[in-house]
Amino acid sequence: MALSIVEGCVNCWACAPVCPSDAIFEATPHFMIDAKKCTECEGDYANPQCASICPIETVILDAAGDPLNPPGSLTGIPPETMAAAMAEIQAR
Amino acid sequence: MELTVLNNDAGAEAGGCSSSGCGSSGDQLSHLPDDIREKVHNHPCYSEEAHHHYARMHVAVAPACNIQCHYCNRKYDCANESRPGVVSELLSPDQAVRKVLAVAANIPQMTVLGIAGPGDPLANPERTFETFRQLTEKAPDIKLCVSTNGLALPAQVEELCKHNIDHVTITINTVDPEIGAKIYPWVFWNNRRIKGVKGAKILIEQQQKGLEMLTERGILVKVNSVMIPGVNDKHLEEVSKVVKEKGAFLHNVMPLIAEAEHGTFYGVMGQRGPTHDELQDLQDKCSGDMNMMRHCRQCRADAVGLLGEDRGDEFTMDKIEEMEIDYEAAMVKRKEIHLEIEANRKAQAAKSGEAFVALASLGTKKKELRPVLMAVATTGGGLINQHFGHASEFLIYEASPTDVRFISHRKVDLYCSGGDTCGDAETALQKNIRTLEGCEVVLCSKIGYEPWDMLEEAGIQPNGEHAMEPIEDAIAAVYKEMADAGQLDKPRQTAEAAQATA
Ligand code: SF4
Ligand code: SF4
Ligand code: SF4
Repeated sequence: MALSIVEGCVNCWACAPVCPSDAIFEATPHFMIDAKKCTECEGDYANPQCASICPIETVILDAAGDPLNPPGSLTGIPPETMAAAMAEIQAR
Repeated sequence: MELTVLNNDAGAEAGGCSSSGCGSSGDQLSHLPDDIREKVHNHPCYSEEAHHHYARMHVAVAPACNIQCHYCNRKYDCANESRPGVVSELLSPDQAVRKVLAVAANIPQMTVLGIAGPGDPLANPERTFETFRQLTEKAPDIKLCVSTNGLALPAQVEELCKHNIDHVTITINTVDPEIGAKIYPWVFWNNRRIKGVKGAKILIEQQQKGLEMLTERGILVKVNSVMIPGVNDKHLEEVSKVVKEKGAFLHNVMPLIAEAEHGTFYGVMGQRGPTHDELQDLQDKCSGDMNMMRHCRQCRADAVGLLGEDRGDEFTMDKIEEMEIDYEAAMVKRKEIHLEIEANRKAQAAKSGEAFVALASLGTKKKELRPVLMAVATTGGGLINQHFGHASEFLIYEASPTDVRFISHRKVDLYCSGGDTCGDAETALQKNIRTLEGCEVVLCSKIGYEPWDMLEEAGIQPNGEHAMEPIEDAIAAVYKEMADAGQLDKPRQTAEAAQATA
């Protein structure tokens, strides 16, 4: 069981220092997770640390390939209310 | 060694006051206790006057961040401290130390080293503190400072104290969690992502606690706030009050800069930044409550040099590797030059006030003279010593019958660098002129015919007559001329005034 980092990662470094298993390393074109080391944080924390601190949506996937931070999770604005939110912001 | 500015005899002969705020109510540090004044006297980021003479630099050693701000997308440096859309070269602590020593040896005016991201320095404590530890040991004549979003601050205060860091900047945009939730969608706290109002509440608590802990320990705290229209603009007066009560010694309100191309949430969603007027208005309101800092230019995080000049290209890692640095010898030299600067500043201060006597007498004759905004092109030293076309930023001053006040910096894109970049000259120049909106005069050492005409057309009077003169004297003189010519009795007429507010 392991998480993976995919395209879209902006190499912000946030995830690497918080990983309890030292599984995340700097690579090109983006950071990677060593599948052999990643424990999905089990036994250490309730939530995968990398995905909890990652500021970019959909770049960290679980073992099944689903994003841990799906669209809308970063901003707290679900995609369907995006247009309304935008209108509100532009009226400021 | 480039000391042309400091050794400038013309400047010394012209005499008078070149320090921002002297002889005027703009001396924002005058209310501070002596020990704090002493601390900030040579600090270019904190003392408005010092930043004409001294420089600071930043090193990017701390990439990770533990919160999310809506004006940041993490591809760029921390927008709380540097200009948005900027990327600094990430350095290891060892590289950073080498760079600082190289710069300090070559630019003696460099007195302050800051760590301000990209990311949050206190979310990267090992890298940040390793850098500080080495510098405290190797370069005791450099002041250290750190900027943070505040989340990890209380946990790091003890460690900060060990490294003898006497300046900390906290970005505090709000003290109200409801407002906070509109700026910070989440924070990473106790190994979890905490969203919305709850997350904002934690951040605010940690910021306030950190502020109190630092001031209790005698560490100076400056507070930065990003002004976001429709979000925290009305609320920042309150923030000013609260942070002052808790002991912050300076408050710096910066405009939100949100461009779609930066890819930030605010940028993409079309959140606007404040106009020059809105920003100035808020700064005026807040300054009643506390000391405001107006000269912050939201520096490029890895910029090197005085004022608008950026000599960063001379200190890239590959060039630094080749430099031989004898820091012991450099420190002796630095000390000499700092003494020279101090002597110069003293001399200038002693002569100050003359121009203002003339202004004061004006005031009694004509009470209703309106204030005038003027832009100045300078490379430092408190003098008007830059070519209009070379200015990458202008200092904006307000002249009134009672004083000459520094208002802000405005950045421009260079319209001409003398090379093949001149293709777009006209549109870029027009853009520059737009950044001077609201100003009636621009003072510079020289200016070309083309920009001269365009400035006049835009209702801004170019003026190259005061080249190499101290800024505030020149502004006072120009203001007096305008008053004598009767230009100040009536409100600024013409269409461009109306345009400027559009
Ligand atoms: S899930 Fe946990 S162990 Fe796996 S890479 Fe992320 S932080 Fe490391
Ligand atoms: S936190 Fe996310 S964006 Fe940042 S380096 Fe890790 S995976 Fe990439
Ligand atoms: S604190 Fe700085 S680096 Fe972190 S999200 Fe905010 S602006 Fe970006």
